[in-house]
Amino acid sequence: MKIILNNRNEEFDGESLTISQIMEIKSFHFKMLVVRLNDILIKKDEYSTTTVKDGDDLKIIHLVSGG
Amino acid sequence: MPNFNQITTFLSQKVVGIAGAGGLGSNCAAALVRSGIGKLIIADFDTVSPANLNRQFYFHDQIGMNKVDALRENLLRISPMALLQIHNTKVSPENISLLFSVCDVVVEAFDDAFQKQMLIEYMLAVHPDIPLVAASGMAGYGNREQLVVIKSNNLYVCGDGSSEVSEDNPPMAPRVGIVSNMEADVVIEILLSKANLN
Repeated sequence: MKIILNNRNEEFDGESLTISQIMEIKSFHFKMLVVRLNDILIKKDEYSTTTVKDGDDLKIIHLVSGG
Repeated sequence: MPNFNQITTFLSQKVVGIAGAGGLGSNCAAALVRSGIGKLIIADFDTVSPANLNRQFYFHDQIGMNKVDALRENLLRISPMALLQIHNTKVSPENISLLFSVCDVVVEAFDDAFQKQMLIEYMLAVHPDIPLVAASGMAGYGNREQLVVIKSNNLYVCGDGSSEVSEDNPPMAPRVGIVSNMEADVVIEILLSKANLN
């Protein structure tokens, strides 16, 4: 499947993956995140149950301290 | 392109909220006041410390003052007529709506990642129609090409998304200044995109 991840085109094997699986594949092991799938906020406890499909727009934004 | 007079006349009718008055919030507020934003609502509970002076818009003789009081003083020196509503309080889910629900745009300007996430999640859930400009990743120096804005509907996140503050990667004036001014620039861009100038 082809999706847009953080404004970039990405291709993954398979027809759908959960957000947790995508994080695993991309080695995103961040503590503080804002995740939005097609502009809808996905909470932490929904990462493993929410599936991403071909054509989806996924944003996994890493929040780090500093300011 | 509208001229500066048209821009400031339009922006003078707008209200912008700033959550946090540290490196991001104090510098962003200065840029917005210089741009003629009508009213700023600024909340922070901290006081000015010597360690803040490496990047925050405060002065040595303000050490010990509440940040919001010191910031008001400094902003009024730029623009004595600026409308400023300041709150010496910690921003939490209990007061976000009270503080910021009247704003045209809200700026996330916290230091701490937990606070950043708290405000972003609250605003997306409760005030999805108010644009929120946040920042993540600006510690250290260099890597300017990594500084970007990620946009997701009404949420804008400025920074490199990875440079976390630590003992070996301290926040410094230039990069914090760049990202705080990126936030201010995004605010102006959002507001002016809704203007009908020319």
